[in-house]
Order: sequence, then C-alpha cells, then structure tokens
Amino acid sequence: MSFTCDLSGEVALVTGASSGFGRHFALTLAANGAAIAAAGRSRDRLSELVQEIESQGGRAVPVAMDVTDPESVRAGFEVAEIELGPVSVVVNNAGVATVHMVADATEADYDRILDTNAKGVFLVAQEAGKHMIKRGHKSGRIINVASISAFKAARQVSTYCMSKAAVTSLTRTLALEWAPYGINVNALCPGVIMTEMTQAFYNTPHGKDVIKRWPRQRISDPSSLDGVLLLLASPDASSFMTGSMIVVDDGQTL
Amino acid sequence: MSISCNLDGKVALVTGATSGFGQHFARTLAASGATVAITGRRGDRLDELQAEIEGKGGRALGIVMDVMDPASIRNAVDVAETELGAINVLVNNAGISRERLIVDVTEEDYDAVLDTNLKGPYILAQEVGRRMIERGEGGNIINIASMMAYRPYRGLSAYGMSKAGMVAMTRCMALEWARYNININTLCPGYVETDMNSEYFHSEKGLKVVNSFPGKALGKLDDLNGILLLLASDSAEFMTGSTIEIDGGQPL
Amino acid sequence: MTFSCDLSGEVALVTGATSGLGRRFGAVLAEAGAAVAITGRRTEMLETLQQEIEAKGGRALPIHLDVTDLDSIKNAIDKTEQELGPVNVLVNNAGAYSEKMARSFGEAEFDTIVATNIKGAFFMAQEVANRMIERKDKGRIINLSSVSALRPVQGMSVYGMTKAAEIQMTKSLALEWARYGIRINAICPGFIDSEMTGDYFRTDQGKAHMNTLPRKRIGQPENLDGLLLMLASRDGSAFMTGSVIKADDAQIL
Repeated sequence: MSFTCDLSGEVALVTGASSGFGRHFALTLAANGAAIAAAGRSRDRLSELVQEIESQGGRAVPVAMDVTDPESVRAGFEVAEIELGPVSVVVNNAGVATVHMVADATEADYDRILDTNAKGVFLVAQEAGKHMIKRGHKSGRIINVASISAFKAARQVSTYCMSKAAVTSLTRTLALEWAPYGINVNALCPGVIMTEMTQAFYNTPHGKDVIKRWPRQRISDPSSLDGVLLLLASPDASSFMTGSMIVVDDGQTL
Repeated sequence: MSISCNLDGKVALVTGATSGFGQHFARTLAASGATVAITGRRGDRLDELQAEIEGKGGRALGIVMDVMDPASIRNAVDVAETELGAINVLVNNAGISRERLIVDVTEEDYDAVLDTNLKGPYILAQEVGRRMIERGEGGNIINIASMMAYRPYRGLSAYGMSKAGMVAMTRCMALEWARYNININTLCPGYVETDMNSEYFHSEKGLKVVNSFPGKALGKLDDLNGILLLLASDSAEFMTGSTIEIDGGQPL
Repeated sequence: MTFSCDLSGEVALVTGATSGLGRRFGAVLAEAGAAVAITGRRTEMLETLQQEIEAKGGRALPIHLDVTDLDSIKNAIDKTEQELGPVNVLVNNAGAYSEKMARSFGEAEFDTIVATNIKGAFFMAQEVANRMIERKDKGRIINLSSVSALRPVQGMSVYGMTKAAEIQMTKSLALEWARYGIRINAICPGFIDSEMTGDYFRTDQGKAHMNTLPRKRIGQPENLDGLLLMLASRDGSAFMTGSVIKADDAQIL
C-alpha cells in the first residue's frame, strides 16, 4: 500500500525542457521510467538532453515547440505521439520571467510574459486534453507549473505574478471541466529556487540578504521539487487530487 | 469621522461605461459630485449617457476608447485630463466573457478575453498611475474583477484567468505604488441583475440558478454603490491591495 | 443612487468597546446616528466613552459584558433591547491577545484566548442573530478578524488561529443566514496603533519594523471608519455577506 514512483509505460511531454526546471523535470521523470517528449525551442539543448537521458538507459525524443503558437503546439504533440505513443503526463513548464516596475513595463514586456506563461500553458493544456479525451480511457495528468508569485505580490514582477495567478485559475477550470474524463490537473507552485534564471540575483549581496530572511535561510535547487512532481505524475499516487495548488517553498511565503 | 460620500472636485474615468456596471458606476459617481470621463466603444451610447448625467446637473464627457488598443487608451487619458482635469479615480471595469468549454476555445476567443479584461486594464492603470505619480497627489484605482477570480466555472476558463490575473495585478500595483499614496483595490462582484442578463435570470433555468444561491437573490446595481463610493473617496486610504467580495454569499 | 451613512433609528452593540478599535467603533456608530450599547469588562472606561459620545449629542449605553459567559451575553442583549431597542448591528470586536511562541504557550492562556475570540464571538453572533431572525429583521454583523489570520506571524500562532476561525465562522454563518437576510462580514485590519500593539511600534525594534512597511507607518483606529460605516449601513453593503475585507495599507501582500 505504499506509493510507487514507477512511471514505466507513461509518456511525459515536458515543455521548456531546454533548461532550468524543465530540463530537470525531464531527467527526473525519465529516471523513474517515463518516456520523455522533451519540448522546447532550442534544438541543440534538447538534443543534448535526449542524449543524456538515453545514456542513462531512458527513452526520449526532442520536440520542437513554441508554446505561444497553436500550430507548433499541435505539431509537437503529433510528433511526440508518433514517436513515443499516447502522452499521459504533461508538465506545462515553459515560462519566462522579467524584472520591471509597473510604471516602466512596455506592451512588449507584458505580451512576452503573458503569452508564454499564461497563453502557452492554455494552448498546451488544450491540445493535451483533446488527445487525452479522444482516447477516452483511464487517466491523464497535467501538471501546470505556477509559482508562489500567484499568491504573493513582490516588486518588479507584476506581469509574472499576473500570469501565474491566471495559471492557478486555469488549473481549477481544467480540473472541473475534465474531471469526467479521468484527467487530473494540478498546479505545482515552487518558491524561489536556484536556476539559470534566478542565480544572477541570488548570488549578489542583496540576494543573499533576502535568503537570510527566509525561515530556513537557504535556497535549494530543482531536485527539491522531485517528490511532488513524481506524486503528481504517478497514475495511482495522486488519483484523488485534481484542481489542487501545491506550494513547495521551504516556508518562504510564511 | 463619518464617510464622505461627496466626491466634489474628483475626476473619475470609468471604462465600459456604455452598459451594465460601467454605466451604473458612472451615474453613481456623477451623482455624488465627481466629474466623470465615460469611455467605451459606442460613441452614440456615450453621448446619451453624457446627456443624461448633465441633465441631472452632473458633469461628464464621453470619450471613445478601445481597451484593446494601447494608443486609444493613451489618447483617451490625454483627452480626459485636458478637458476635465487630473484623473484621481479610475474604475477599470471594461470586460467581456465568451462562454465556451476549454476544448472549444479558439485563439481569437482567448486573445479577446485576456486583452480586454487584463491587458487593457493593466495598460490603462499604468497610464493613469504614471500621471498620478508625477503629480504626487495620489489617487484611487478600483479594478472590477469577479467572484470567478477564485472559483472555476464551466465554460469560463479564459474569463477566470483574466480575473485572477487582475487580483494579482492589484496586489503588485498596490505594493509598488503605496509610497505614492495610490490606493488600488479589486472588487469581486457576484451575479448582479443588469439589462443584459435580466431576461436569462427570469427564465425557468435562470430562476433555478437564483434559487440555488444561499440568499436566493441576485444583486442589484445599487448594492454596489456603497463599496464603490467608499473606494473612490478619501475615506478608504488605509485600504490598498485588498480584494473585496460583493456577492451576497453566492459562491459559499 | 448614493447610499446613506445615516444610522438614525438603528441600534448597535459593540463588544470590547473599552479601548482601541472597539472604542473608536462605538464613537463612530454613535456619531452616524445609532444608539450604541458599548460593552466590555472595564465599566469605568465605558462610562468615560459614554460621556464623550453624549457630549457630542449621541446616545450610548454602557453595559458590563463578559463574552466568555453566555448568561452575560444574554443579559447584555436583554438590557440593550429594554433601554435602546432591538439590536440591528453587532460589532463582534472583543478579543484577547497574547504574543508567545507556540512551544511555551500555556493551556490556561490558550483557553482564555479561544474562549474570548472564538467561543465568545460565536455565541454573541448566535444570540443576536436568533433574535433578529425571530423579529424578521435583516441585521448586520461585523466580525473583527486580523491579517494574522491570513499570514502567520512569529509568536501569534494561537491568536492567528482564533482569527482564522473567525473568518471561517463568518462564511459559515453567512451561508446559513443568507435566507434570513442577515449579512455577516469580517474585517482584517493590519497593524494599527492600539492597546494591543501597545508601545511596540515606539521602540527601536518597532520603528525599524515600521520602516519596512510599504507606507512606513501603522494605522490609526479612525482609518477603519469608512469601512465600518459601509458595512454597518442598511444600504451600503446590501449585497455583501461572507466577505472578508483586508484593510492593511498594503502591509500583507
């Protein structure tokens, strides 16, 4: 009656797999038996990732995908399913961040963040759902990568917060509309984690001060998300969870 | 010590003023003494509303504005401030919804809803906020979201996303602009009877819906007056970054 | 078209009116025209408030009330009804406060805080509402919660728990009493200068803390006047029930 992290037989499509969280998620899911459709825009980086997964005995294919382009999303899913079989897990991770005061944000800033982080998540989920519903059986899991920014304001990240709040709302509506099809949709809400995107700031003296104010006075790496990722990706372990927001932030938002 | 419901001397800009909430907000603010810039896409309706407000001794100016067009937004704010004076109250109300299940939502649906309900309000708040900051006199911004910001409703995925986004927008703007004495809050109304939904809510299906509410009633437009006037006045300067639900308990 | 802040003809009852927010609420409601039963355990302080209110032409009735004692609750409401009339507005403000880390929190202190903040508030609301329902009177109840219900603060575990309970209570009672037209909402004030926050914000540590707040200030009780009057008024909040309104100057975002 324990739960298994064994994802053998599962096919996971991970967006934004070229770097950061996405790359890590792909490796973690692969290490636990899932076949991986590594989706993103950087062909070289995706190929590297695929090689790494295969060298560790896993199975993966690179999938060119621009999440802001519906046709690219559709084509990407088609490739994934031809190569690996029906996609049963989607990690809706592609996301960008930026820093700007509200008064200084340009229309281009707004569009960039909202298109990738909110619209992209919508388009990928929509395509995934079409495939999963058509198959009409068993379960599918969609994991939307939101953020603590969905719930808490901070300076210079207004558009990012807005996009993540939109993702939490979407997660609930997806869960509601697709519950009858056995599809579970949940949102993973990470706190601040050391990645390519965040390291520039958190390595500065100011960044280190911020870290000192957190309850555990430390910053972690993407592996701290593994447990919840595997839980949400597993067909049995989280079958009773849908529409949930799971914050994994080491107490940063307390 | 008591609330001043008197908005004499205030200049307000209300979006989506050609119908529903926006129209009512404009009337209420004008009746309380504010000069109101009323905006929307239908010039003839704006003219009618302006004439109505002026006929009652108020002051209003209709300005055609398309919230999906940043240039139109900037122009409207320019015109309002040139003709009426510095804007100190913004009611970010324009919004649309397109009821469609997620699998049926087209890209055009998504863009229309998010651009009207979130991007437009963001750019407008920026435009008005920048000017408030420059003048150093503070001001009040009231973002009109919905009870659907927090709960899922079948067929309203994009709408819900835009309203949840608006709540986050309010929090971030409140944080960044607190120091400039700008107060920005979100109003989340429940189902309120308007011209547009009245027929539905009197139908058999609609009546069943109303009966399922804890209070078995829809809200009325006048029910929104209290909170609107409070947030527009100087009596709520300790409230910023807040989300105020005004929904008769419907989502409970 | 606009709404009236005039509470003439209304009868309000404020708990914990001896100091801080409760004291201010009593004064504000009286100035807006309501006859106010000002209640608490320190009668001399209530009498001082009564004099102040009456000097401005208002009407106030001081009543000794211990919200942890259900008989005391009934007696206070009885007395209000006899002297002023049936209660239309209840401000459930009485609260016990303690700041102590969870590890060393004692049972007696725990019981006191829970008895006042949860049990007292609940039975106060119940008694007032039962009478409103019998009279078919659509009254208003305003619960005082706190931002510490929304975000944990070191040393405020028990206080925060009780304030979070008050939010849940607000929503549950709103649901059950919507059919009777009774409106019950909660206010979550941020840091406000009062007996509770005491001298802390005047200390060096407190001043440093204040400097980290977005507006570098704490509030004063009068900052809640507008919100209180709107929630207490007949028309101003007709469509609001089960709402939780934060008034905290952007302190908790």
